[in-house]
Order: sequence, then C-alpha cells, then structure tokens
Amino acid sequence: MSKSTQNETWIILGATSSMARAFARKAAARGATLLLCGRDLDDLRATASDCLARGAKTTEPCAFDARDVSSFGPIIERATREDGVINCAVFVGSMPTQDAIDAEPDLISGTVQDNYTGPATFLQMLAPELESRGSGTVVGVGSVAGDRGRIGNYVYGSAKAGFATYLSGLRNRLTRAGAHVVTVKPGFVDTAMTWDVEGMFLVAAPEKVATDIMNAVAKKKNVIYTPFFWRYIMLIIRHIPEFIFKKMSI
Amino acid sequence: MSWKTLESTGWGRAHSASGDVARPERASQLKRLLAQAPVPAFGMRRSYGDAALTSDAPSLDMTRLDRVLSFDDTSGLVHVEAGLPIGDLGRMFAAKGWIPPVMPGTGFATIGGCIANDVHGKNHHVVGSFGQHVTEITLIQGDKTLVITPSDKGIFQATVGGMGQTGVIASAKMKMAPCKGDLMVLTERRIDNLDEFFVAFDDSTADYTVGWIDATAKGANLGRGVLEESEITSGVNPGSGKSKSVPFNAPHWALSAPIVRLFNEMYFRRVPATGRTSVKPITDPFFPLDAIHNWNRLYGKNGFNQFQCVVPLNATNCLRIMLERIAASGLASPLAVLKKMGAGRAGYMSFPMEGYTLAVDFPNRGSAEYLVRDLTDLAREAGGRIYFAKDGLAQAKQIAGMYPEQETWQQEVAKADPERAMETNLVRRLQLRGAPAAPKASKDQSETALSDTGLSNTGKGERA
Repeated sequence: MSKSTQNETWIILGATSSMARAFARKAAARGATLLLCGRDLDDLRATASDCLARGAKTTEPCAFDARDVSSFGPIIERATREDGVINCAVFVGSMPTQDAIDAEPDLISGTVQDNYTGPATFLQMLAPELESRGSGTVVGVGSVAGDRGRIGNYVYGSAKAGFATYLSGLRNRLTRAGAHVVTVKPGFVDTAMTWDVEGMFLVAAPEKVATDIMNAVAKKKNVIYTPFFWRYIMLIIRHIPEFIFKKMSI
Repeated sequence: MSWKTLESTGWGRAHSASGDVARPERASQLKRLLAQAPVPAFGMRRSYGDAALTSDAPSLDMTRLDRVLSFDDTSGLVHVEAGLPIGDLGRMFAAKGWIPPVMPGTGFATIGGCIANDVHGKNHHVVGSFGQHVTEITLIQGDKTLVITPSDKGIFQATVGGMGQTGVIASAKMKMAPCKGDLMVLTERRIDNLDEFFVAFDDSTADYTVGWIDATAKGANLGRGVLEESEITSGVNPGSGKSKSVPFNAPHWALSAPIVRLFNEMYFRRVPATGRTSVKPITDPFFPLDAIHNWNRLYGKNGFNQFQCVVPLNATNCLRIMLERIAASGLASPLAVLKKMGAGRAGYMSFPMEGYTLAVDFPNRGSAEYLVRDLTDLAREAGGRIYFAKDGLAQAKQIAGMYPEQETWQQEVAKADPERAMETNLVRRLQLRGAPAAPKASKDQSETALSDTGLSNTGKGERA
C-alpha cells in the first residue's frame, strides 16, 4: 500500500471488531494517524501498538460507546487537532438474534442505537468539521441485511437500513463541500458475529473486505457491496415481489 | 464466546479431527475461555501430521490474536500475540532493519507454533533454534496466567518445544536480529552425490544453507541435488504481493514416480553445471512454497506425510541407507531436503541436535506408511530422532529413547497440566506424556484417554 501524500487521520469507530482491525492495518500501512475508538480500551491498546508497528504515524485508543453521546465530543475534538484530511470509518454494530428480540422486545432500542442512531449522531457532530476543511471521507459499514426486511433478523436489518438512508443523505450534503461518503454493504464476513451462525456461505475474510473498502475510498465509490457478487444476490432479493417474498424464509 | 464444530486436517491432509472450536479475538476472551476449562490451542495448523489436532474435544483457534504488542527499535525486542504468522512479522520489520532470527520453511507458521515446536531455519547452524531467541512467554494454565522467562528453567524448557502441553501460549517476547535489508543473494550449485553434499556443508560459510535432494536418484547419483546458500543483503524489495493458488485437488498421477523423476531431473539441470547467483526478495529463499497457496492439494485428496529426522554427524551411512530405500520405493515426491544442523535447542523436547536432518514428502498411498515407519526405526537406531511437527505415522514404541530429556519434560508437564487437558492427537498417539493412567475396559484406547481426562464431558455445560 502506498503512503499517502498528505496528513491523513482516520477515526475508526468500533475498532475492536475484526473488520475494523483489518481496515486499521490498511490505513496504518498508508502512514495515517489512527484514533481507535471502542469500549474495550485494553484491546484497543493492543491494536494501537500493532498499527504503529505496521506503519501508522501515530495511534491512540479512545473511549467510545455508541449508546453514550457524551463519549463522542472528546474524540471529535481530538481529531480536529490533527492537520490535513480527517476521515471516519464506522464499524460499530450489534446483532442480537431475532429470537432474543422476540423474547425481549426492549432489545430493539439498543440495537437501533448501536447500528444507527449512535453512529449517525457522531457523524452529525463531525460533519461541520469535514465541511469546513472541504475534504475527508466517511465510510459507513451497513449490511446486506438492510436491503430487505427478512424474518431472520429484521430488527437488525431495519437499523442498518436506517443507517444506509442516513449515509445517503449525508453524502448528498457533504459532496457539495468536497467531502465524500462511502456506504459499504458486506455480505457474510468471517467475524466473531458469524462464527457459530448456521447456513453461512461464500464467507469473506475481513482482510478482503478491508481491501475492498480502501479501494472504494480511493475511487470515491458511493455504495459498494463486498465481496462484489452480493450486489447481484441482493438485486435479485430486492426484486422478489412482496406477495411471494412474504412467504419465503431466506 | 461461541463454539462450532469443525472438521480440520493437518497440513499434510492425511490426518483429520473433528471437535468444537472457539476463536477468541481479544486477550480477555482467551483468558475467560481457558478459565472455564483448559483446552489445547492451535494456530495456522501448518504441522503436517496431528500435532495441531484434537479429536472429539474442544480447542482454540488462535489466529485472530495476531498483533504486535510492543517493539523497541533500539534493542529489537518485540512482544507479539501468539497467533501472528512469522512471515508477517518478517515483512513488517525487514524494511526497518530487523528480522526474526529464525524462520521455518513457511511464513504461515504462528509465533505460538514456532515456540511449541522450537522450530529451526536454514541458519540453524549459525543462530540455533527459535526458542533460543525467546525472552519471555505469557502462558495461560486454566485460570492462572504465568509470565515465564528462560531463568524459570523447568517450565520454560518444558514449554519451548513442548507441543502446547504446559498451557496455552498467549504472547511472547523475542529478540529480533538486525538485518541490512530485505533482499537475499542466493547461490545455487549442483551436488553430484551424497558424499559431495557432506563436504559442501562442511565447506559452506553462508548464514543460510539448505540442500534440495533428488530422492529418486540411485546408484552413483544417490543423494545428488542442489546446494542453496544465501546471505541477506541491503536494498528494499517493493514486493508484488501476488501469490498463486492450487485451486483443486490434483489427480493421483500428478506425483507418480515417472513424473517425479522427470521433474527432479529438470530441477537438477535447471541450475547450470557451473552454479549461479541471483538476488531475490527475502521471502523467496525463506518461504519457497508460500508463493503457491494450498500447495498441499498437489498431493490429491488423500494428502501426504512428511518424514523428517535428524541423525548424528557420524551416521552418514544411515542417511545413505535411507535414501536407497526411498529411491527404491518409487514413492518420493520432489520435496526432499537435507541440511546440516548445529547443536542449538531450547527445550527438553526440541528437535534439533548436531547432525544431518533429512525431510522427504510421501504421498499418502501404497506402502508409504510402512516406509516412513521403517525410516523412523533407522533414525532411532542411528541415535537420531524424528520431528513431531511433521510426524503423523510413528508408533509410541518407535520413539522410545529418541528424546533423552523426555522424562524431565513429563514431570514438568504433569505439574503444569495434571488433568491432561492439553493432550493432542499426536501426544496421545505417541504416548508422549506416558501411557494413559488407569485404562478402562474400552476397546478404543484414544476414547479411554479422552474420558480419563474428563475432556469429553467438559465444555458444553460451562460454555454458555
């Protein structure tokens, strides 16, 4: 990976996830400054040292909780102290099983906070800074599950759908200031979230997803599916007529 | 933390096991899992036989714990999580002027695996084994976490080369070696027979030496091959990052005797009679096979076994007999390696000893199994030993006496893991920790060993 030509800072939300770790390593190899944000500071410290060894300019673990808005401000303040381009990649999310939510409907509010309202609030607070600098890229990781509500995980899917719509609007807003938003819709990725889930197929390595994201950032793509073939799988799924779809369990 | 049942194989794909596997992504998860029940851990499963397999028992996949935890660029001391592949470590630091002092034949081996097998490299005669450069190991034994150093003699020597039996290696510190750059000057020359090889090893002054042997050659050509000598040189390799892959299992005739003979003839003649010198990226001579992912599929769906032994310097006749039998069998593959080793070793059960090490791959078919056992007996009778990282076929009685410090190791391991929770298929097959205690009236010995340890009924209930 080539070194970036200018100062580049990446705020990575949810940096303890394996997808985020793989992405952080890619950004480190470009010589970026990394703010690694999440709840488990011990784990973030390990990733921070690792990214430093892999070429990052500086790395810093930052306390972040998608359900605690008061944790957002200090991270944004910290980022604005850096010169050059500020970018933000959002990997936060949680996926309680649909069964768990059926048993305890209260879980919906946390799921929506983790996957949608938390990150959206953070990005809303960050947006003016990107606008005033006239640069920067936001990477929002959604899910193919957000493309259509399915019996298996429609609460998680609807939160991701909300986030995707938010990202679309944010892109519309930031484009006119010279910043950019990439919406990422991964299919099945080999992470802790999917480790023991039955029926996984065509599972991608987190490194593959991270490479796709970095390429999408470089090429200023708007919406990517990763691996790419999910675009076609979801194209078919989105076009199944509702009167048929409602009887299916895919 | 969740578990799933996985079917896994050793790198040779001739041995397999099925059991529940968890894959922690954080050090805290690893501790929590082991506090529930101590279970064996594995990395990239590059051991050829069953050293990294556990049947019908839970185990931990360490590959997501693969981070550099600290690095001191004045001393070269690096602290890494056990699941980091050693090739990644090499690539990360070569351009900064540091290199792991010992690298095995594959860069995919994890640091935990390098310690547990006390691996050696092509420079063993100069720098010794991997474990000799390890300064600290963080070891998890159930709910206890120990930090051990070489001055903790017993437990440290039982852990290095100890095949995971003293606990799970969570992380380790090691001294990197300064290096001039990430290019290597490689000199290759033909060697016409075995005696010439012995002379060539004695005369070689290179840091890295290894001999490729044409294991199909007979008579006057017995033991012919190519000597590869290399040194690290300055310069930085940009690296193409491209690798090839074997997409499917090769048919059984791909490595049949006539094809291997032809290939070996060409491989031998590829080096000009006058020898040649070239400059290569550092990974090429270190990890020649890593450029082709899944090269183990070349052996077809039945897989292969590798035999690797080391015999004392004076046992040259034993090597001659081995090569004669291998050539006569018509079973050899193109992968056969001879190397002179130094005495360096760091653990009670470490493989290296001063002498010659011979490694040969055999497709898993016909009488290969018997040939490997035959070769194992020859190695023992010559005062040598076999390498557990490669073995999948030896019988318990065949390895008796090969490792003179085995009893000391057993005592340390018994203290570290009295319930025998860390036993792997290899350890059970070779009864490395002694015969299973109080065998029950069961016809299947491995099942007995399992229930004796209580492993067969731990986990599930405590795991939720």
